[in-house]
Formats: sequence, C-alpha cells, structure tokens
Amino acid sequence: MAAPATVPTRRQKGDLHTETQLISMGPSHPATHGTVKIMLEIDGESIVEMDVQVGYLHRGFEKECESGTWYQAIPYTDRLNYNSAILANLAFCMSVEKLLDCEIPRRGQWVRTVASELSRMGDHLTRLGAACLELGAMTPFLYGIEARELVWDLQEMLCGARVTSNYVRIGGVQREITPGFLPRLAASLARIEELLTDFDKVVTSNRIFVDRFRNTGMLPLEKLIAYGVTGPLLRAAGVPLDLRKAEPYLVYDQIEFDVPIGTTGDNYDRFLVCQEELAESIRIIRQCVPVLEKTVGEPMNVADPRVRWPAKERVFGRMEELIQQFKGVTEGIRVPAGEAYAAVESPNGELGFYCVSDGTGKPYKVRCRPPSFANVAPMRDMLVGGMLADIVPTFDMINMIGGECDR
Amino acid sequence: MELIERVKALLGADVLDSHAHRGDATVLVPLERVRECLRLLKLDPGLAFNVLIDLTAVDYLGREPRFELVYHLASLDAQPRDDAPSAIFRRLRVKAGVPENPCEADSICGLWEAANWYEREVFDLYGIRFREHPDLRRILLYDEFKGHPLRKDYPKERRQPLVGPRN
Repeated sequence: MAAPATVPTRRQKGDLHTETQLISMGPSHPATHGTVKIMLEIDGESIVEMDVQVGYLHRGFEKECESGTWYQAIPYTDRLNYNSAILANLAFCMSVEKLLDCEIPRRGQWVRTVASELSRMGDHLTRLGAACLELGAMTPFLYGIEARELVWDLQEMLCGARVTSNYVRIGGVQREITPGFLPRLAASLARIEELLTDFDKVVTSNRIFVDRFRNTGMLPLEKLIAYGVTGPLLRAAGVPLDLRKAEPYLVYDQIEFDVPIGTTGDNYDRFLVCQEELAESIRIIRQCVPVLEKTVGEPMNVADPRVRWPAKERVFGRMEELIQQFKGVTEGIRVPAGEAYAAVESPNGELGFYCVSDGTGKPYKVRCRPPSFANVAPMRDMLVGGMLADIVPTFDMINMIGGECDR
Repeated sequence: MELIERVKALLGADVLDSHAHRGDATVLVPLERVRECLRLLKLDPGLAFNVLIDLTAVDYLGREPRFELVYHLASLDAQPRDDAPSAIFRRLRVKAGVPENPCEADSICGLWEAANWYEREVFDLYGIRFREHPDLRRILLYDEFKGHPLRKDYPKERRQPLVGPRN
C-alpha cells in the first residue's frame, strides 16, 4: 500500500535530510594527544563551524610562581611541556638572568645548548611519531618512541629525570655532565639516525600518509602572521624565522646549522620541516661535543653566590658557603626590580617569559608566552571548510601541548 | 636607543614614558590612545611591527592606575633573502595603564587575529574588559568561576564552588 500523499517519503527528491549536526570532540579523545574540546558543526563530513575550547589543563602556573622564590618556579616550568621541559627551564632562567644581568660561563652555555637540542629532538620525535599513530600507523610511532627513549635516557644521565628535568638553574645548570655521557651520546645519536632513516622509509612517501597530509590545514601566510604563529608552522609556510638565528642566544651564533623551510605550509610541509630539524639538531649536538671535551673542568655556573649557590663540596666544608646556600634556599635570590622578556626557539615556536621583579626574593609576575596557545588559536580558520578527517593531522602538526597552552 | 627615538618620532606626545632596561625597548602610551598607537606602529612602513607576539597584564595593587597592559610586538620580514641567514626580527614592548574603575580597554582584534584569544585570557585572569571584542568569554577557566585569579587580591587558596555536568 502506498503512503498517503501528504507524508513525503524520505527518498522524495528535494527533501533530503540535510540539517547540520553538532559534535563534541574531546576533551579527551583517542585521536588527539592534547586535552582540548572541539565543538564541531558538520554537514556530512565537511566542517561548517568549529569552536576550539582550551583550558582543561589550567593549573594556575603564573599564580603559583608568584607565591614562591625565583628558584621554586623552575620545577613548574618543567610541567609546561612534558616533551621539552629543558627548553622551558631555559627560557625562564634566561629571562631572570636578563633581569640579573649576568653572563653564564662558556662551558655552561655549551651544555645548555646540548640539553636544548636533546629536548627539541624529544619533542619532534613525539610529534612525528604520534601523528602517525593517530592516523593508524603503529610501526613508525614505535621507531619514533624508541628514538625518544634514547633521548630521554640521555636526559636522565644529564639531570636524573627522564621527563621533568629541572635541569637549568638561574646562573648555570644543575650539575656537571656525568663521565659516561659523551660516549653514550655518540652511540645514541648514531642509533637515532638509523631509526630516522627507517621512519622516513615507512612514512614520508607512503601514499596513504601523503594523501592525509598534503593540502590539508593550510592557512595563508598573512593569516599566520596575524595570529602570531611561530615555529615549524610558520617555517613550513616559507618564513625562515628561527630565533636561534634571528636573535642568537647561548652559542648558536658559533654553530653551523640550517633553518629548513617549506613552500605551501600544508601539513606535509610541516612534517618535513620537523623531520629536517631533527637532522639539524643532531648536527648541532655533534658540533658541541668537541667543545665539551675540550673544556672539561671549567666552571658551568656563575661565580656570584648571590645568584647561584656554591658547589656542594664547598657547602659541606666551609662556613661561608654553607651560609650562602642557606640564605639562597630560605630567602631566595634577590632579583633587581625591573622587567625583562627573553625567548627561546622551542619545538613549537617562540617560548618566551616576561618577568617582573619588585626587588624582593619573589617574582612579582611571571608570564609565559606559550607557543601552543598562539598556534591553536588559528585552528578554526585552518579547518573550517575542510573535512572532518583533516582535524587529526592538523592537530598533530600544531602539536598542542595542553600544559603549555593552558598553564 | 635608536628604536625608541623612531617610535617617539612616530607617536609624538603619545609616548608618556620609555626605557630600554636590559635592552628591551619599552614605551608607555595613554590607554585611550593604545589602539591608535598600535595601529600606527603596525602600518608604519619603516617600523612595521606586524606581529603581536604576546599580550598580558600586570596587577600593581595599590598603585594608580592599578593594572598595566603589556603588548609585545615584533617586526618580521617574511621574505626569505640571500644576504640574511634568517628572518629579520625586531621587538618593541608597549604598555598602557588601566584603572580599576572602569576596568576597560579597547580591543585590538581588528589589528591582529592573535589578540582575540590573548584578550580573552586577560579578561579571564585579570577581569579587564575589552570594548568591541567579538567574543569576550572566559578561555582558560569555566563560566561559573568567581573572580579573576591573577589579581593580587585573589588569595591563592580560595575554593571555588563545585560545578556539575552541563548539557
């Protein structure tokens, strides 16, 4: 029996079910390695509108920093980015050192450079490996994670912790490198290079992978600049902005390395830029090793006890040094009143700290300029009009780190 | 410092104060002129501060005006060139005092898209409202949160009401 004429059948032409639907993606979603909620309005598989909601990992980082001494803020900076904690330590300490107007001894700078590049490698390996995993490729993820384990083992030799390093100190670094570090470094770098070659063979020209990454997540260059995007996202669009070259800090002006750039700025270019940067980091570390071997025994910390308390051997043997450490721990170092901003090139872009001191032992204001926050903001513009499936590769290449974005 | 002189030449009487403490070029401008000053700094072909790197606020409780907005600008030459190893980067810090009442400033979302989220964050954590902001919601905290935690008179230990699930 035919349906009554007044009730149109669903197949009737011109009466397709076309209303858009709302989907809530996150805050905890298996295909995104970051705690973010995305409210999506989709028409079939096309994204009509989206609202990116961050803040799920807000821990009151800046408020906490204001209640302790300058030194007590350093472990909090570890927790900003679990992949490159040393770089966050470094940016904060550089900002405080700028306020103190102190210069780190040569060996300390070279050690910091090695630590920075290890940190960058750990971050890029996670980004590339996890991007593959979230697209369904398990093997390259394991190559990436094996390489990252080697990097983290090296970090453990440096500072005793794999992830939350707490390595850089105001006026130097936590400790001298351990004796077995340099031979282990050479062996690990060689193995990482092998793994990167394997990784490259599996992924980079893989048809499925390329189809997901090519021509997705693009944004015109003017937009990227208007959003304050930095790091690999900007370099993939052809801007050779790298703070290690543009405003050389540490010893980057004495090291030879290239800044890889892309052309189109799509996810594939971002991927390739990060891959190239891994090779550049290895190149940088290899140039640092001879200097570290040559400068064994030189000081790594500022000699001023008002900035960096003396070495433990002297603290335990002499009264003045014991008092200096006691005062340094209980009262904290006195940072002259003023304001300073210092930034480093983190794996995600410009990671800066704006510190204000009122001359007491506590920070008056510690502001972290998080690259993730600036890089996630344009995500809506990158994806609206695209397909639902583009969200995962784009989000992976933005590499939002919740701890750093939400602080 | 040469950069500050060029900024003074451009902004004239709007530069209330300036310093280059530890090499960071800084100018203080009046609050009601801040949007216009930033626009001039962005559009001036010589200075061309085309990137808003950061925007934050500082609460100087007990001082008048109580708050200070801190804009970190950068000038980025996006064209790759043979003679320079990297992009050219120059920085400037612009500050403006914000009174406690009315705790308001002009939004600069029309100049930089980046300002949208930064202003939402400053509103969220300091309670400074931005006039003409297209979407001034809390960003890091949730809507039911009471107060603005980075204000100096917000005690760190304060508890917030428990909020149930929403539909």
